[in-house]
Amino acid sequence: MTSENKSKKAPYTIPIGPTHPALKEPILFTFRINGEVVEEVDFAPGKAHRGIEWMGMRRNPVQIVHLTDRICGICGVSHTFAFARAIEQIVGIDVPDRAHYIRTILAEFERIQSHLLWAGVAAHELGFDTLFNLAWRVREESMDLIELLTGNRVNYAIVQVGGVRRDIEEEKFARIKEGLRYYESLIDKLLKLFLHDKTINMRCRDCGLLTYDAALKLCTVGPTTRASGVRADVRLDSPYAAYGELNFDYVMPDLYTGETRGDVYDRIVVRLLEVAQSVDLIRQCMKQMPEGETLWETKMPKLLAACKKAEGEAVGRVEAPRGECLHYVRMNKSDSPYMWKVKASTYSNQLSWLEMLKGEQIADIPIIVASIDPCMSCTDRVAVVRDGKPDIYSKEYLHRLSVEKTRRLMND
Amino acid sequence: MIDVILAVVGGTIAVTIIGIIVGLVLLGIDRKFAAHMQARVGPPLRQPFIDVAKLMCKDSIVPENAVVSVFNAAPLIALASAVTLLLYIPIAGFYPLFGGLGDAILVMYILTVPALAMVAGGFASGSPYATVGAQREMVTMIAYEFPLAVAIVAVAWRFSMAGFSDPFSLATMAGVGSGVVVWDIVGPLGIIGCLILLLVLAWVTPAELSRVPCDTPEAETELCGGLVAEYSGRNLALFYLAGGVKTFAMTALGVAIFLPWNISWFIGITGWTALIADVVFFLLKVIVVMFFSVSLIRVSMARFRINHLVSLYWGYIAIAALVGLMMIILDVFMKGGVVL
Repeated sequence: MTSENKSKKAPYTIPIGPTHPALKEPILFTFRINGEVVEEVDFAPGKAHRGIEWMGMRRNPVQIVHLTDRICGICGVSHTFAFARAIEQIVGIDVPDRAHYIRTILAEFERIQSHLLWAGVAAHELGFDTLFNLAWRVREESMDLIELLTGNRVNYAIVQVGGVRRDIEEEKFARIKEGLRYYESLIDKLLKLFLHDKTINMRCRDCGLLTYDAALKLCTVGPTTRASGVRADVRLDSPYAAYGELNFDYVMPDLYTGETRGDVYDRIVVRLLEVAQSVDLIRQCMKQMPEGETLWETKMPKLLAACKKAEGEAVGRVEAPRGECLHYVRMNKSDSPYMWKVKASTYSNQLSWLEMLKGEQIADIPIIVASIDPCMSCTDRVAVVRDGKPDIYSKEYLHRLSVEKTRRLMND
Repeated sequence: MIDVILAVVGGTIAVTIIGIIVGLVLLGIDRKFAAHMQARVGPPLRQPFIDVAKLMCKDSIVPENAVVSVFNAAPLIALASAVTLLLYIPIAGFYPLFGGLGDAILVMYILTVPALAMVAGGFASGSPYATVGAQREMVTMIAYEFPLAVAIVAVAWRFSMAGFSDPFSLATMAGVGSGVVVWDIVGPLGIIGCLILLLVLAWVTPAELSRVPCDTPEAETELCGGLVAEYSGRNLALFYLAGGVKTFAMTALGVAIFLPWNISWFIGITGWTALIADVVFFLLKVIVVMFFSVSLIRVSMARFRINHLVSLYWGYIAIAALVGLMMIILDVFMKGGVVL
């Protein structure tokens, strides 16, 4: 503790993190508090950096697909999906239609389980453990279905470059429909429990406000931005997989409450309504799914050879449960990509914390931090270490580095 | 003289042991109740005993910038004062050990001591979490003291109006000896007033015990345990024991004031069987009170923000308590029930 922190006089400094019960993943927040009110916020991500991109740039695309599965325990499909889309664009692979539909179904199941997991976490942050237990219990159904479809509860290993590794056979439809009916019958109950509870209302209404302008300015994505009234959804804005053929619309909080405030409550509304939307999307997919192949090329050496021949760059974007997930890949006629960059949704959303937390109370810190559904292992792509100690690259320093490099290149 | 001292010392030791055992069992039952309401299996009933035994074996770490003496004394004071409470509260229809030496007002004062000890320990921890927790605990205390005082004083006042010589004595309120309880002396209006006060007392209990929704001073997800954030090992075990004993004392207080009946009188048995029946019946009442005032409330609500807590207790619950008091006053003026 520094001498500055020792001061007991207001305003004082409270560190939250890198490990803290309010945080599910490591990140360090530093709050300057006056009484119970947050005056200033700063945060330092980078505590969950694992060098996945570095590992990926030494492997071939098929190996990387399985590495992307492990970027995040929750949105494994989204990452593999985004990476596969980037490679498919570079190589020029035409993914079979049936694979598109299967990918869509899986992505939507992932959204259901992710949103329910989040709902449970949010309830726990509010100290409402009964609701946390309930949310996680009903989440199990989606986990079971995902296990039925992919063979795994997490790290699904189902998306492959050029398609999916497993088909959804006809006999599984009955079980899927049963699961969908379960959620359809449940959604009203969940909405009632979460949105009409007096204490949740009291804690979440007008708490952690993010205005429409701020949401736009900070380039927030996913449910966070939709809860502030911004109509943005990768599935609709630039349809991929089967989304172009499905009938759905942006999920906005005013659908349910009739108004958009951009508070934590609205974020709960959006996520719960998206569970209902996902159920509907899966139903549509099951109805429209065409017959056919599920992989562009079943023989691995052929697929790898095609990847090796490819040259170019591409961006794969998908709407992960938390928002846009973006993979940039550059191939340079070699086994492994020349460049691979992952930008997860939390990276875009995290700066909105500063906006939301200012002027709020200590008691609201956990729920506001959780309200964007942060995923640090998705986000942490850089950690600066100098002389064995964590360090920060400032904008000025990076600018100077780039100027120096340009000079060097010009002199060569 | 020597036998009086022996009786006091022996009695105190007995009450301490009984208080700790019953307190821990109550915590275990509470966890079971909560688990079943949340559709979980929950830990075994003896889990609090296992927890305490384990904590006792652990090192007690004292933070570098803590005020060591206060930091170490606080858990002891908390447990000692929680046990002291039991010496003044009638248990299972027995005359309390120190019943002649203190009354309900004293109990109300002692009730604040464990909380104050935790506040002192929190401030002495030198941790920002504990400091915030200590501030919140003080605010919480200020918030719930008023409704609690109104509830107890209203009942005592009703007893004095009915002509009892020692109305503030908890033994009088519990009908020890006389067999007269508050429901016997109030009229119809007074019954409504007492029911309101019973609810008020049930709502004060979670705040007094720092349980959800009033666990703001400890708020696990916000303050990592707040007041007790820096406590570990033996010190934490003592706080845990104090929490258990206080749960027992708070529920026993509720039982003594509002549900003091004995079963032996009702089914007409005497001797040892009557004694056992009374004790079992008393423990059942304590568990029922705990279920409604601790377990049920804590599984059905989210945690309050500190400003919500203050406005709830100073606003709604204080008003409810005052309405209950008014009912009892009206009851007396309208000559309902027993009035001298």
